[in-house]
Amino acid sequence: MPVATETKEAVEKLGQSTYKWGFETDIEMDLAPKGLNEDIIRLISSRKEEPGWMLEWRLAAFRTWQSMEDPKWAKVSYPPIDYQDIHYYAAPRSKAGPKSLDEVDPALLKTYEKLGIPLHEQALLAGVEPGEGERLPVAVDAVFDSVSVATTFRKTLAEAGVIFCPISEAIREHPDLVRRYLGSVVPAGDNFYSALNSAVFTDGSFVYVPKGVRCPMELSTYFRINARNTGQFERTLIVVEEGASVSYLEGCTAPMRDENQLHAAVVELVAMDDASIKYSTVQNWYPGDEEGRGGIYNFVTKRGACRGARSKISWTQVETGSAITWKYPSCILQGEGSVGEFYSVAVTNNCQQADTGTKMIHLGRNTRSTIIAKTISAGRSDSTYRGLVRVQPKASGARNFTQCDSLLIGDKCGAHTVPYIECRNMAARVEHEATTSKISEDQLFYCRQRGLSEEDAVGLIVNGFCRDVLKELPMEFAVEAQKLLQISLEGSVG
Amino acid sequence: MNTISPDRSGPLALFSQRLEGVAGAERQQAVAALQRVGLPSRRVEAWKYTALRALGQTSLAAPAATYDVMAARAVLDDVLAAQDTLAGLPRLVFVNGRHAPELSVLSEAIKVTFFVDTLRFGTAAAPDRDPLVALNTALAEDGAQMQVEAGVDAGALLLLSIGLGGQDSTFSFHPRHAVVLEAGARLALLCVQAGQGAYFHNPVTDISVGNGAALEHVTLQLEGDAAVSLGTVYANVAGEGVYDSFALGVDGLLLRHEVHARLGASRAAVHVNGVQRLGATQVGDMTSVITHAAPDCISRQTVRNVLDGHARGVFQGKVLVEQIAQKTDGYQMNQALLLSPDAEIDAKPELEIYADDVRCSHGATVGALDDEQLFYLRSRGVPEAQARQMLIEAFLDETLALIAHEGAQALCRAMLARKGGVGASA
Amino acid sequence: MSQFLEISGLNARIDADGQEKQILRGVDLSIPPGEVHVIMGPNGSGKSTLSYVLAGREDYEVTAGSVLFKGQDLLAMAPEERAAAGLFLAFQSPVELPGVNNANFLRTAVNAVRRARGQEELDAVAFLKLAREAAKTLSMAPDMLKRNVNVGFSGGEKKRNEVLQMTLLQPSFAILDETDSGLDVDALRVVAEGVNRLRAPTFSALVITHHQKLLDYLVPDRIHVMARGRIILSGGPELARQIDQEGYAKFLSEAA
Repeated sequence: MPVATETKEAVEKLGQSTYKWGFETDIEMDLAPKGLNEDIIRLISSRKEEPGWMLEWRLAAFRTWQSMEDPKWAKVSYPPIDYQDIHYYAAPRSKAGPKSLDEVDPALLKTYEKLGIPLHEQALLAGVEPGEGERLPVAVDAVFDSVSVATTFRKTLAEAGVIFCPISEAIREHPDLVRRYLGSVVPAGDNFYSALNSAVFTDGSFVYVPKGVRCPMELSTYFRINARNTGQFERTLIVVEEGASVSYLEGCTAPMRDENQLHAAVVELVAMDDASIKYSTVQNWYPGDEEGRGGIYNFVTKRGACRGARSKISWTQVETGSAITWKYPSCILQGEGSVGEFYSVAVTNNCQQADTGTKMIHLGRNTRSTIIAKTISAGRSDSTYRGLVRVQPKASGARNFTQCDSLLIGDKCGAHTVPYIECRNMAARVEHEATTSKISEDQLFYCRQRGLSEEDAVGLIVNGFCRDVLKELPMEFAVEAQKLLQISLEGSVG
Repeated sequence: MNTISPDRSGPLALFSQRLEGVAGAERQQAVAALQRVGLPSRRVEAWKYTALRALGQTSLAAPAATYDVMAARAVLDDVLAAQDTLAGLPRLVFVNGRHAPELSVLSEAIKVTFFVDTLRFGTAAAPDRDPLVALNTALAEDGAQMQVEAGVDAGALLLLSIGLGGQDSTFSFHPRHAVVLEAGARLALLCVQAGQGAYFHNPVTDISVGNGAALEHVTLQLEGDAAVSLGTVYANVAGEGVYDSFALGVDGLLLRHEVHARLGASRAAVHVNGVQRLGATQVGDMTSVITHAAPDCISRQTVRNVLDGHARGVFQGKVLVEQIAQKTDGYQMNQALLLSPDAEIDAKPELEIYADDVRCSHGATVGALDDEQLFYLRSRGVPEAQARQMLIEAFLDETLALIAHEGAQALCRAMLARKGGVGASA
Repeated sequence: MSQFLEISGLNARIDADGQEKQILRGVDLSIPPGEVHVIMGPNGSGKSTLSYVLAGREDYEVTAGSVLFKGQDLLAMAPEERAAAGLFLAFQSPVELPGVNNANFLRTAVNAVRRARGQEELDAVAFLKLAREAAKTLSMAPDMLKRNVNVGFSGGEKKRNEVLQMTLLQPSFAILDETDSGLDVDALRVVAEGVNRLRAPTFSALVITHHQKLLDYLVPDRIHVMARGRIILSGGPELARQIDQEGYAKFLSEAA
């Protein structure tokens, strides 16, 4: 029927000019020369006014990194990265660190405003939805290229005893805490990118929630890559003491550029007895254009240690951006009865490649883990779920449930499922289920008969497919994530 | 993307003397391929869970020119005694990798030639991609090449491979078998690998199932208690053809059954089922790669493992759906029952999909015997050991029921029953 | 006055398992505004195909003929454009949408159609109020709005959900494909009442059934008998009773 052809054409016209976060901020930058060597690391360390032990730690990591090779096992392909062709430090130029929001460069505030990230504390409180009651404020740490430019609600948090600050500041102000936990979950030499990050990380967030405290508001960090030819190497460390809890959100965007940019972050979470950490990510780095030019290489190591009994770490991620994603947020379930969760939606379109999943390492008795992974591939993209569930001999009563579902849109993409199940305890129970399917013609037609456009119908069905994951996100993020899913898949039908 | 690094000091060294003297282009190419990559270490993804350490340290010679006829006959009689219809089947018997005509009974419906006469390697197996196939290609001495003509139902054939080793013997044999079913032909092939003592058995079977043909292929690994047995099967299935494979891993120190099945034309079907029943320090590995290379094909896979003692079971199953293979229907299930605190299962069910109009699913479960069921049976008066045995049998029953050939199914059940004594943790 | 719906010489085929099968072979049918027409006919006569072709299902290829809907070329429109123009198809077996909340689906559909018709969109509160009222009228359990679209619904619940959608979308022309639901009397009544509530001089309906039962609740204006891809006979309501008593055989042999 001619009808179908016309719809397809209309849809194709939408193209992929839909990355709304692709603008560039024109701001004066303090840029380290390209390349990586011990001098650059010393420069980063001195710019951050770090103590000697930190510099030594970085240099040790750098030496380890030099002896390593980048991992080749993931199902992604890209030309070799020239690690000497990257700026490892880029910061907006300012005389000293801003003491309050009023001192922050207006160009930066404007950038975050444009991204929809409120850095004015009072602006947030104004947002009240009818009938839904007051919206809780969110404290934001805004990281621009290599540095944190603003952190909101610090006073309110400090009153509750919660420390929320840039990690560079934590290294100076709370050296004991940082020394104790940094690298304790992800050792510098864990993998190629964690070693690189440990050597050159520039900023990121530090969260400490003391014993018995429920963090009074959602914490969030917003990462923005702006400068050219830079890498972003952020480091996040969250420590939650006995009986305490926190919910943390992370968002990321970058300008549209023809070259690839490297983002190699390390995130470490530590949960003590009865502590709980909820870590949510909406990853929307620039994915490259429809021909696969440009886009972020997102090579990230995220790991949480459930050290205490009955502790809980829950990862939720919505991954729509990046040219290449290599990321496996994991849980080490050490404390008796501790719980690990991984909820993931990964969408790839055009030429994107994603190899993402999780590791659940059951060490303690009666530990439990749940994995729900939804993979959507469109265009010429390739998406892989790769996950490990390991039950060690002492983990009697351990329980895992894994559900992986893949949805293919079009016949030029790939969707793959690679689970590893290693069980060394007879009193454990592991269940894994996976399916691959496509959106059925029946479903599409049904929605269109009710008046929905093909694009809206796909969006609706995809959101339904991802519902089990999206409902794990905090409200503000869930709405954003739903829109993002739809935008990411625009132009994929037909 | 496996990183394969040369491993000349490793297991390959065990064969170095024998590899030096090989003749013929195919064999020399295989040796070159082997020398390039070596035998696989656990750093190779396809061998992540299975190490070849069990091959030992001393070099592996060719088997002696003669064998103990009495011992071979005893193994044969023992297998035939396990299931009473077997004695009536035509059979091909190999001892230490060489055909033993005095023990074989031929059938007219199946045209048999021997590798020793033809030196035909076939086309499905890939020495350049699989080091064990390369090793076989370099060192194969004999093997049966079985052919069934178009439209002929050849019934069943017993292919018995006997390994006769001593406690510390160090030899290896690498039979090269082939099965060709022409269009519409049918055959049930019962491969029984039985033996005693120590040896390394490395068979390669090259299978071609023609249009509308059907091959049922049941493999029983009942190898010697110190034997290493690593079998590789390559099967190409044509349109509307059926390759129905079942493997039972019971005896041997290290067992691996690897199947590469390719659905090459529409409406073909492949079943790759299996059961592993292991104890002590046994390692059993069932690995498969099912490639859907045409539309409208079906693949089914059910593998169940019962692991006792310090045994380790491995399952690696990949279903690859190429872009052309629309309307693929694939299903894969691996389940394990751990009977002992020291038993281990490593499973990697894998889907690699490039076509959008497909229905593929896989699942895996690991667990122990259900305490409630056990208690229920005991409360009804069944002694614990017997109750455990009943639950194990129940766990394996529906998988064994997938074996279509009645005699083969009965033989598998009989061999599992012999394993016996499953009640107590070893 | 031009007809409301005008089908002329409609031919359509489907490509099933690589074989092309002609199903509609010259359907002629006119439905004036304000009338309810019924199509009856034996299995395989093309009744459901006709409903799919009218709603724009892409599996079917129209090889000849035309369909004018309120003077517009219906066949040139996308399914959602037909919906916006006022065409509603109640599915024989409504499709399940796992994970998609029923209320959300209804609101998205209603607003898409309202947008296309130049009407103001409904906000969440206004919509929920409307939907709850409509659900109550249909004696639907309140939680049906919260559940996933048709997932785990009984046959009767699915039918009610279709009628709920019809009520909210306010179509000017409804096609009800009731081929397989003849035995569930309650479900039939729900459908009939749904149509009766919409009856107006500007609303028409085409009901596909082969059971007289439905017609007891729904007084039709015209009955058409379809066989081998064509309308072979048309008449008043008495034709349905005649078929119910005597079966199709007589009409088929007369037409042949």
